[in-house]
Amino acid sequence: MTGALGAGLLHVDMDAFYASVMTRDRPDLAGVPVIVGGGHRGVVLSASYLARRSGVRSGMPMTRARRACPHAVVLAPDYTTFSTVSTSVMEIFRQVTPLVEAVSLDEAFLDVRGAVRRLGPPEEIAESIRARVTDEQGITCSVGVAATIGVAKIASRLAKPDGVLVVPAHQTTAFLHPLAVEELWGVGERTAEQLHRLGLRTVGDLAHTPLSTLQRAVGPAAGSQLHRLAWGEDRRSVTPRRGVEEDPERSTGADETFGRDTDDPQVVLRELLRLSAKVGARVRAAGLAGRTVTVKVRFADFTTITRSRTRTEPTDVTREIYATAAALFRGLGLQRARIRLVGVRLEGLVARTTVYRQLVLGDRDHGWPEADQAVDRAVSRFGSAAVQPASLLAGRASA
Amino acid sequence: MKFTVERDVLTEAVAWAARSLPVRPSVPVLAGLLIETTDAGDGLVLSTFDYETSARASIPASVQDEGRALVSGRLLADICRSLPNKPVTMAVDGAKVVLTCGQAKFTLQTMPVDEYPSLPAMPESTGTVSSELFAQAVSQAVTAAGRDDMLPVLTGVRIEIVGDQISLLATDRFRLSLRELGWNPLASTDAEAHALVPARVLADTAKSLTAGSTVTIALSGSGSGDGIIGFEGEVSGGFRRTTTRLLDGEFPRVRTLFPTEHKTVARLDRASLIEAVKRVSLVAERNTAVQLMFDDNGLTLDAGHGDEAVATERIDALVKGDPITTGFNPQFLLDGLTAIEQPVVELAFTLPAKPAVITGVPDQDGEKDTAFQYLLMPRRLLS
Repeated sequence: MTGALGAGLLHVDMDAFYASVMTRDRPDLAGVPVIVGGGHRGVVLSASYLARRSGVRSGMPMTRARRACPHAVVLAPDYTTFSTVSTSVMEIFRQVTPLVEAVSLDEAFLDVRGAVRRLGPPEEIAESIRARVTDEQGITCSVGVAATIGVAKIASRLAKPDGVLVVPAHQTTAFLHPLAVEELWGVGERTAEQLHRLGLRTVGDLAHTPLSTLQRAVGPAAGSQLHRLAWGEDRRSVTPRRGVEEDPERSTGADETFGRDTDDPQVVLRELLRLSAKVGARVRAAGLAGRTVTVKVRFADFTTITRSRTRTEPTDVTREIYATAAALFRGLGLQRARIRLVGVRLEGLVARTTVYRQLVLGDRDHGWPEADQAVDRAVSRFGSAAVQPASLLAGRASA
Repeated sequence: MKFTVERDVLTEAVAWAARSLPVRPSVPVLAGLLIETTDAGDGLVLSTFDYETSARASIPASVQDEGRALVSGRLLADICRSLPNKPVTMAVDGAKVVLTCGQAKFTLQTMPVDEYPSLPAMPESTGTVSSELFAQAVSQAVTAAGRDDMLPVLTGVRIEIVGDQISLLATDRFRLSLRELGWNPLASTDAEAHALVPARVLADTAKSLTAGSTVTIALSGSGSGDGIIGFEGEVSGGFRRTTTRLLDGEFPRVRTLFPTEHKTVARLDRASLIEAVKRVSLVAERNTAVQLMFDDNGLTLDAGHGDEAVATERIDALVKGDPITTGFNPQFLLDGLTAIEQPVVELAFTLPAKPAVITGVPDQDGEKDTAFQYLLMPRRLLS
């Protein structure tokens, strides 16, 4: 059942999530542009629609944002509240349908095809979700309704702020084709530029370009992907996922931007250990293990490099993820290069129930894997600060 | 320099010495094979060296003029292999060496002899061992040697000498081979010594010294910084000598890894087990394992995953003790089983996560032969 319009997938996206949450209890800020961000790094995390009207965008350096919108109020982010609000919102979704795919803190796909008989057509469901979110959380959201997740996502963006846009299945191509190519999922600046060079400006242009031409321009995989999207062919189901975790089948990673750019390898290695522990705990919780460890390093000038190494066997052991990450970092042979951000990612994830491990002669009966499990148990009872590698404690104290 | 020598004798000696020629010589002269007439004037010594390993072969020859020359070893070996079966004469002519054999004549460039490094002296011999036994023992021991150059210590075979016993040990961390054999020490029978010899060189050398009945082992006194070990074998009318530099580093203490007691002991026909492991592991994807389940009725092997291809096979086994289920890297298991020569193998287990000890047995009811023991760590699902 998809209702008369044949569109049963919803993309729900909170409007200016961080900014809305920070200002919902601040009536004094009504009608004032608000920017959330700051801290050490001074980057805009979120901006209210009033601020956006002056050209403020998320990701923009705070100094530039202030110049663009000098009378804006800048608020520091409160992640605990964000996460609480996000959980409550996701709970509202889950009362509508169990098929909720959380994409990030503030957006999710919902498959409501099974709820139509109970709750009415998708557009009515969309409105009732919006009403409940506003009522219970004091923030607004926008909903795109379509037959595929890609189109639903585009629709929600066009519905913003505080609106609903329904794209009936039979009007999918009519809806897509006049749009600019940039609206398609996966078309960033780089791809857009390549497409513009071919004279392709709208999704319709893209749809009517021979597949082989597209593939030559942007590569075989991306080419056929774009071609499919341009004809509204996309995933028509959601994969229930609770958190903001990434695609569980492929990889999981964590990044950290340093409070201040650093050229101290000890600081970087300590951060790699912390990120490895985070990634390790995450894959263990999900019952996964991965073979390829990737380290990302972004330098002060924003150039970013990644290096990966594939281990002989998949692992979920913090110590092993860190050992590989540290070896990759040392292998870069950096000479006091100033580093802005590092990341650790574990790829090629498989279910740990299928992973074999070659035991090593003389290993202790209780080694690092058992230590990890003990840490996980302690953390689940006493919180993330309960147990952590000792070298990280020192880092905290001096920070 | 001028001499005449039998073609087969020359060819064999040149081929033997050329084994140690470096593939990518660090200096050009190391690609050379040094030909020297002996002081006694009754023969030749052919030498190669790559700074790690040296090889020297002596052969009888009728020497007209004494002297020495350095020529490309690879080229000389190729030429010798294809010469007609006639006496070979070689003579230095200015900067060239002229080789004639029947109607065939080759003129080879010489390389500067003065630039050739002097070969390390053979250490004083410490004892002798049967060449066949030594070759067989070494080939068993190197089974478990590591190939990872990041862990150089494990690419070696540890030779331990205690009195009239030699132990050869090798491990790549996942398995361990221990071979014990008797030998005839020259000095007092309570002498103790040890050395860490590159496994590849040792295997190659032991195999190439089986022409004579014994091999002499020469170990430079420990404590003198750069240790070397030498092996010398006899062939009719000459010797073959190899020296190689010992590996640095401390070989891990591995003898204690052998379990002191066993909860399950199984005896199986070696050939049947090898066949079964090979068959079942056809469906074992990379990085998985072949699983062994021992119970009172025998052994069940299986491999593969529910979603993919699966194989299972049951073979006879005489099992004593508790039933046990464990798994191994199929190749590691096969390596051990094929290194054993007896018709029956014994697999002894303590716990599923502990190493298994694999030994050969002459027949189902016989005493196991502990001269060669292969210790293998399981490969299991992450728990």
